[in-house]
Amino acid sequence: MGKPADRRDRAGIHFTRIHLLYLAAGIGFFLIPLAADAFYTRLAGRILIYGLCALSLDLILGYGGMVSFGHAAFLGIGAYTVGILSNHGVESAWIAWPAAMACAGVTALVIGAVSLRTSGAYFIMITLAFSQMLYYFFAGLADYGGDDGMALWSRNSIGGPVDPGNPTQFYYLVLLLLAIVFYLCRRLVHSRFGMVIQGAGENERRMRAIGFPTYRYRLVCFMISGAVAGLSGALISNQTLYISPALMHWSRSGEILVMVILGGMGSLAGPVMGAAGLLLTEEVLSEYTEHWMIILGPLLILMVLFARGGIYGLLSPRRES
Amino acid sequence: MTTPVLTLRGLCKDFGAIRATDQVNLDFFSGEIHALIGPNGAGKTTLINQIAGELKPDAGAIRFEGQDITFQPVHRRSALGIARTFQATNIFNGFTALDNVALAVQARDGHSFRFWKPARRVEPVRDAALTALGQVGLVHRADTRASRLSYGEQRLVGIAMALASSPRVLLLDEPMAGMGARASAEMVGLLRRLKDRMSLLLVEHDMDAVFSLADRISVLVYGRIIASGTPEEIRRSPAVREAYLGEEEITLENTATGLQVETHA
Amino acid sequence: MSMQLWVVQTLNGLQLGVMLFLMSAGLTLVFGIMNLINLAHGSLYMLGAYLAATFQALTGSFFIACLLAVPLVMGIGMLMEMSILRRLYDRDHLDQVLATFALILFFNELVRMTWGPQAYFMAIPESLSGTVEILPGIPYPAYRLTIVLAGSGVAVGLYLFIGRTRLGMIIRAGATHREMVGALGVNIKLLYTFVFGMGAAMAGFAGMMAGPILSVETGMGEPIMILAFVVIVIGGIGSVRGAFAAAVLVGVADTFGRILLPPALSSMAIYILMAGVLCFRPQGLFPAHG
Repeated sequence: MGKPADRRDRAGIHFTRIHLLYLAAGIGFFLIPLAADAFYTRLAGRILIYGLCALSLDLILGYGGMVSFGHAAFLGIGAYTVGILSNHGVESAWIAWPAAMACAGVTALVIGAVSLRTSGAYFIMITLAFSQMLYYFFAGLADYGGDDGMALWSRNSIGGPVDPGNPTQFYYLVLLLLAIVFYLCRRLVHSRFGMVIQGAGENERRMRAIGFPTYRYRLVCFMISGAVAGLSGALISNQTLYISPALMHWSRSGEILVMVILGGMGSLAGPVMGAAGLLLTEEVLSEYTEHWMIILGPLLILMVLFARGGIYGLLSPRRES
Repeated sequence: MTTPVLTLRGLCKDFGAIRATDQVNLDFFSGEIHALIGPNGAGKTTLINQIAGELKPDAGAIRFEGQDITFQPVHRRSALGIARTFQATNIFNGFTALDNVALAVQARDGHSFRFWKPARRVEPVRDAALTALGQVGLVHRADTRASRLSYGEQRLVGIAMALASSPRVLLLDEPMAGMGARASAEMVGLLRRLKDRMSLLLVEHDMDAVFSLADRISVLVYGRIIASGTPEEIRRSPAVREAYLGEEEITLENTATGLQVETHA
Repeated sequence: MSMQLWVVQTLNGLQLGVMLFLMSAGLTLVFGIMNLINLAHGSLYMLGAYLAATFQALTGSFFIACLLAVPLVMGIGMLMEMSILRRLYDRDHLDQVLATFALILFFNELVRMTWGPQAYFMAIPESLSGTVEILPGIPYPAYRLTIVLAGSGVAVGLYLFIGRTRLGMIIRAGATHREMVGALGVNIKLLYTFVFGMGAAMAGFAGMMAGPILSVETGMGEPIMILAFVVIVIGGIGSVRGAFAAAVLVGVADTFGRILLPPALSSMAIYILMAGVLCFRPQGLFPAHG
């Protein structure tokens, strides 16, 4: 008999279609610096970086069922790590970026250790509260700019022929990193660890009954997610050369959450599409009026009320609940 | 008689002013189906939840193979060999039947901090899961999404998940609820096949099934065990008749199979 | 530390606590009864401040402004409930968070369009602009004292309302046993709208009282809303009594944290307090749901 795992009936069609989509998106993003001017390259870079951050949130939200409303904290920690290191003369990306991931990961470990004892509404409020705490902490850090934030003198260096100071090269670096993280997350969600996370996301009680100590799995997942968000923070600080507490403002957490939902949670491509969707919508609306949020707000409400699957859901009819 | 695999001694649990479990003493033996019956709200599920570890008793002790497990967390009891099924179907809808059971196998195989290899390609896990699915006769549905399985099939997947951990004690919370006659009959056959290898605690309202399956029946009313014995002893017990007739709107008559009980909620 | 500082800071802590209670009472009731997380609660606080400031400028009287602003915010809250939030009761918390987040974006922009981007100033009413000698030799601003008294008055009123009236008993029952309310034969839709309006009125009242001592600006309700979340997490979601105890605790802890702890730590004090409470009592100090 054919091994059951290889018998994909309808799934086969879906499989190739999604792969085509990835390929098309990859080529599209690859061509942007060649076809468009610096403004659009910057915008596309921003989309990729926030896509990375949203992707990390989706690991815990879409797959793990943990509604975290404090993800911007990890983005901010990553950015501040780069900024503070640079302030002390550490310019190498080889040190700064892993350090950003480590700091964000450890912060996530601590926050997660407390928050994951609870669930549901408590978890949402507690993650929100802790991110606000970090916001105030960095806003009060006078040595590193306090409320006003601080500028970064130059982008981190990589060495060899790669020069992140060149906007096009930096863009491709971001694209490469996103592709690598995307691949790693794909491995992760389909691994045994990933199955446990998904199982706990759907029904934690059941997971305990079949013998999983779910807390420690969720905590590790939360930490991984935080670390990846830290990487996106390192990248965003390099892109804008400016770091401020506004990066970890609670409304930023809300935006990242919106990206995941807009793109479609429980998928890896969804969050990136969601980042593109939200940032482009903002860009387009702000062309027409400076008060674009008066339009965005109701649009989001309509999305929540009537289009829960997100962009990814529209493209693939697979996910029913 | 052999030593019991699981014993409950003086178990008590209160919910506010309501005593949901009242001084319960029970022994469960391997190779035996022990049925727990009683009117709705008698505290049957509460008792199961205490044995599984989801609720902590206020007093009393639970021992499993001589070891005190009264305050062990759920996942550790599961690892020791106490498995359960749930009253409502409670499996992972996003996964296939095989994925569901494989997850249970994974739980038995030590930690799952394995981040690289796709879970669906880990052959030993897949094979063990297929074996467990085979025991409930669902191999042909292995690749079907759980949400597309029939109600009865979902229940069978739940049992296969419990079996995947090779339990010594299996707690079954109304496995036949909501099932048609044929599916119920199949379930009876399955449980009968399983009892050689483990101790089964069966909570069930289907009295035909209970009286044809159980080696021992305990009757729980308002948290208290009012009678415990063979099906024949229970059928004859005046205390049981009184409890069923006195406490709830239940019609009880002697039929060929024993008690015919209808509950009016 | 001198006696004077102790007394003054305790009163400051109480004042913050009372504000937090006005915010968290509504949040916790709405969560307890309707199972809704409402991030836009802070927007109602902001609207309370803006409307009061506007009416004060128009009429020249703080008290008339108060009489106009609070019912208006209550009305806006009820309208919000009937048009949007009502559809979210059956949704999961994620949807609620997203939709009410979107509401915040909307209200912030609306306020910016109506009143402009710069902060708005609101004067302390003439009659309350002085100080009161609360203990011999210890003066305290009369307006701040008024906040403490007015807020405590609302708290007592809410306590009596919930404890003594039939409607209050239904609300209390709803917060602990949500499914029971339907069985009591109450018009649930109306009850929900009313509870929401009550929470909105308290938030609007808090915003209005805060107006003269803080700057009235967009987004002003958000920090206090997040603090209110900390309060209801500590107090136990759904419990008004817990919200009161936790609000005072947080208010006093935050105030004294600022004078006793180094700056970097003081901003974190109450969050560490929250983490500590959660470690020992994950359901808060006064859990409402069994």
